[in-house]
Amino acid sequence: MALEIFSYAFMQKGLIAGSAIAIICSLMGTFLVLRRYSLFGDALSHMAFGGISVGLFSGIYPLWTAYAVSILGALGMTKLRKSTKISGDAAIAVLLVSGFGIGVLLISATGGFSVDLFSFLFGSILLLNNNDMILILAVSFGVIGSIVVLRKQLLHFTFDEEQARVSGLNVDKLNYVFVVIAGVTVITSMRLVGILLISALIVLPNITSMMYGRGFKHTVLISMGISVFSVVSGIILSYYFDLAPSGAIVMITVAILVGTIVAKYFGVIGKAIPIQKTA
Amino acid sequence: MKPLQVSNVTISYNGTTAIDKVSFDVDSGDLLGIVGPNGAGKTTLFRAILGLQNYSGVIKMFGYEDKKYHPLLPLIGYVSQKVNFEPNFPATVSEVVAMGLLPEKELKKGSKLLQDAGYTWNQVYKKLDKDHSKVIEALKTVNLESYHDKRIGEISGGQLQRVFIAKALVKDPVLLILDEPVTGVDVETQNKFYNVIKKINEENKITIVWSSHDLEAIAKLANRVACMNRELFFHGQKEEFFSNEDLLKTYTESAMQMHMHHH
Repeated sequence: MALEIFSYAFMQKGLIAGSAIAIICSLMGTFLVLRRYSLFGDALSHMAFGGISVGLFSGIYPLWTAYAVSILGALGMTKLRKSTKISGDAAIAVLLVSGFGIGVLLISATGGFSVDLFSFLFGSILLLNNNDMILILAVSFGVIGSIVVLRKQLLHFTFDEEQARVSGLNVDKLNYVFVVIAGVTVITSMRLVGILLISALIVLPNITSMMYGRGFKHTVLISMGISVFSVVSGIILSYYFDLAPSGAIVMITVAILVGTIVAKYFGVIGKAIPIQKTA
Repeated sequence: MKPLQVSNVTISYNGTTAIDKVSFDVDSGDLLGIVGPNGAGKTTLFRAILGLQNYSGVIKMFGYEDKKYHPLLPLIGYVSQKVNFEPNFPATVSEVVAMGLLPEKELKKGSKLLQDAGYTWNQVYKKLDKDHSKVIEALKTVNLESYHDKRIGEISGGQLQRVFIAKALVKDPVLLILDEPVTGVDVETQNKFYNVIKKINEENKITIVWSSHDLEAIAKLANRVACMNRELFFHGQKEEFFSNEDLLKTYTESAMQMHMHHH
């Protein structure tokens, strides 16, 4: 009886696609958090909201316009940031509000909020059709593949961009590649928890795993574990208690983080890794 | 082919001239000590050599100039005064050192120049192998092999600097550029580091350009000396520099002045 939920096709699709999303979000999130781009996911997903509204307005499939608008926006922002020296957090704010602004504007022009829009805002992991699932799995393989191929470059560039550059890495190019992979990851992952909660999957499992992990590989694996666990248990809980899966998933990642902090504080799981200031 | 040729290099920014028509050469196997007070432009010069700073004039490494991405950068070791990284970065000491092995793909583009630098592509390819023993070997050189599994944020400032030296050494560089690498490091570590410099220059025949305030160390280790403060005042054999009373006096005075100024 406990396993009956696994016999539903929508559940199977949700759990498989959700786990794939959990993996790419935590993987990409490690680099985003360490580069102090934690809210980049938020900015991209708000841009995606603008993109979706363009789709709804023009009659093009909203997901495609979401990809186009957020990736173009993010690339533009990277370029702008380089040439105007706008700081990272301010750049994120610009991206976030301009994306959401376009969205609100176009949606009011199209005649208000629809069911489609709600599923983008709050996620709709249990409403996937076969095409959605194929797309999510294909993108996930692509993202994982690119990160595996570029892992050394990305690690060095995340650790210290200037050092990476002096080692001969073309960091300008890598920056653009990085932004595109991040953009694709975020837009694909919106289906799971929605535009408004995407940062949770990108940021929280990574902050938690950095408290446990020793090396980089170790940290990435822990983060993926936390992420997949949160998604799977969140979906199952939401089924039994009739809750929104996105909310359940996000609150589980929050609970794991808070639990870790409390446990560290009371010395239950060893002392926290001391934060050392660079001279 | 000379590892480094700097000809008539001028660097200005924000309306001031940081480097004024500096020229010097570095021969293969040299250990060149660059001395000069704080603010003399040593770091700026290094940044220009590494493609991080615009300049006028010519800077060639192994006979080739590229003002942004020199094809031999993957084979050039660089240790800066300080590295800006997230102190809580989840990487172990060996993971950080292994970053020095990057990147083989980029290096392939410069394979013609490798020959001038004394390498064949096969040698380099073997060298860039993802071999863990190479990392441990580099950590042994700086006496940190027992720390290989420590998280980078858990070690002291002096140890950290040695990790970055290992990261520069792991690639077995054709040229090593050290920008006051032991500033703020305790005396014992400094001495260990000086031994390392001597060893890799003499045994591994690595050409080294090294800026330092420590005249005594330069007198002991370098074979050639360059003295600069915006302009180049001297470039030549170490003995010549240290027997030139006027030059030493001028250097000491300007260094003192800067020192007073900074306190």
